[in-house]
Amino acid sequence: MGYSDKVRNVLQNELQGIEDAGIFKKERFIHSLQAADIEVEFPLGSSLKKVINMCSNNYLGLSSHQEVIKAAHDGLNHRGYGMSSVRFICGTQDIHRELENRVTEFLGTEDTILFPSCMDANTGVFEAFMTKEDVMISDRLVHASIIDGIRLSPALRDTFKHSNMKHLESKLQLHADRRLKVVITDGVFSMDGDTAKLDEMVALCEKYDAMLFVDDSHSSGFIGKTGRGTHEKYNVIGKIDIITTTFGKALGGASGGCVSGRKEIVEMCRQKARPYLFSNTMAPVVVSGVLKVFDLIRGNTERRDKLEENANFWRKGLSDAGFVLKDGDTPIVPVMLFNAKLAQDFSRDLYDEGIYAIGFFFPVVPKAQARIRTQISAGHEIHHLEKALKAFIKIGKKYNILGKTKKEIIAMYGR
Amino acid sequence: MEEYRKVILEYVIEEYLEDEDEELEYDSPLISGGIVDSFSMVSLKRFLETKYKINLPDDRATEETFDTVNSIVELVTEFVNKK
Ligand SMILES: Cc1ncc(COP(=O)(O)O)c(C=O)c1O
Repeated sequence: MGYSDKVRNVLQNELQGIEDAGIFKKERFIHSLQAADIEVEFPLGSSLKKVINMCSNNYLGLSSHQEVIKAAHDGLNHRGYGMSSVRFICGTQDIHRELENRVTEFLGTEDTILFPSCMDANTGVFEAFMTKEDVMISDRLVHASIIDGIRLSPALRDTFKHSNMKHLESKLQLHADRRLKVVITDGVFSMDGDTAKLDEMVALCEKYDAMLFVDDSHSSGFIGKTGRGTHEKYNVIGKIDIITTTFGKALGGASGGCVSGRKEIVEMCRQKARPYLFSNTMAPVVVSGVLKVFDLIRGNTERRDKLEENANFWRKGLSDAGFVLKDGDTPIVPVMLFNAKLAQDFSRDLYDEGIYAIGFFFPVVPKAQARIRTQISAGHEIHHLEKALKAFIKIGKKYNILGKTKKEIIAMYGR
Repeated sequence: MEEYRKVILEYVIEEYLEDEDEELEYDSPLISGGIVDSFSMVSLKRFLETKYKINLPDDRATEETFDTVNSIVELVTEFVNKK
């Protein structure tokens, strides 16, 4: 054991540095099911507080849906609790393949492979089929898990300015000599709530013979007319070479993810992706729950329609009240505050008003771009949103930021 | 030197800044300041190599050296003089 006082001090100093910088994360314990109304213990040891949840990824409100819970129970009874194996040894049940086929059909791709999470899908996929002769060109705002995946691959890396198609094209020209080229983007950007211009990206990728990778974690189940994702919204179903997504958000919210797309790439993942080969299979109970989620949303757009209405109501309410928002038309609505401390104070005051929404700041978002990220759910009713809006306006008045521009807010509070 | 400084600063602004009202100085921290992410160093390196017809070895084109326009200029000058 080499955990001397010296070692302990090094780490304690590091932790103290995080606290001093005001970015120390503390968990809040939820004592209820995941839903629009939750009961929270925060700070630790305080009595439970009933708040409206405005920051979960429970977009379709299915995380605690009775039919999903029942399907999970049935799965538990018929397929057991665990498999005690990775997929390729003895961890693949009939329902794992059934779920892969369902995802393939839903996303309109060639084949699908499940991963323990979308983080695992993103960290495993590039290394599985790209070599030093290739290039990965990613949007500068892609999710952290993709960045890790890019780091693990030996291919050359480059980036393009967020959603800037001219810049992307110049990068495709710069790297034209590479064997394989893959352009990498989120479908819906999780911090900003805007969507990648997939129609233009598909056209560029066709022109320069590059593959297109889209992480649709914040889209699958509700973006597009029937909820298939950003590729449906932009009318490019069948043209995305690699889609990764999660079952940990709209699609039941438990866990699990996948790579879906060209069958050769999926097969390369089955042969070589390390999180697939070296981490346990998805639990049967979770697979059973996700299968029910697909039953519920296939051919039934009620939930995604309600989500869209809720999100429009919320966005318009905030905008009319005079908040600075990020442009977009998704259920992710960031309220821009620019200054990190202001974002934290704002979040704390909202909590006192019974509204649970978290502040985000550097390094999670770029410097001087601090914000409260709100996320709308089909589980919200209009009365939830009206109450939340009232609270936002009250706090907005307190800090005198309503109707103020970015420049004016920065002038008052700093970057 | 002055010429390099101007050209390189201009390139960095054009290539990396999103926001017109952001400002950048010769000694602004690029990588540690979150302006240039380490993945995008590739294009900066490629730009310098083609523009000045030099070859920057990986062990010199580090995140530390690429952290300010000033230190990039030093590196470029060194390799241009070696030619
Ligand atoms: C865009 C994006 N990709 C991937 C993930 C990771 O998904 P999972 O929770 O399944 O690992 C997330 C979740 O935070 C995400 O937002």
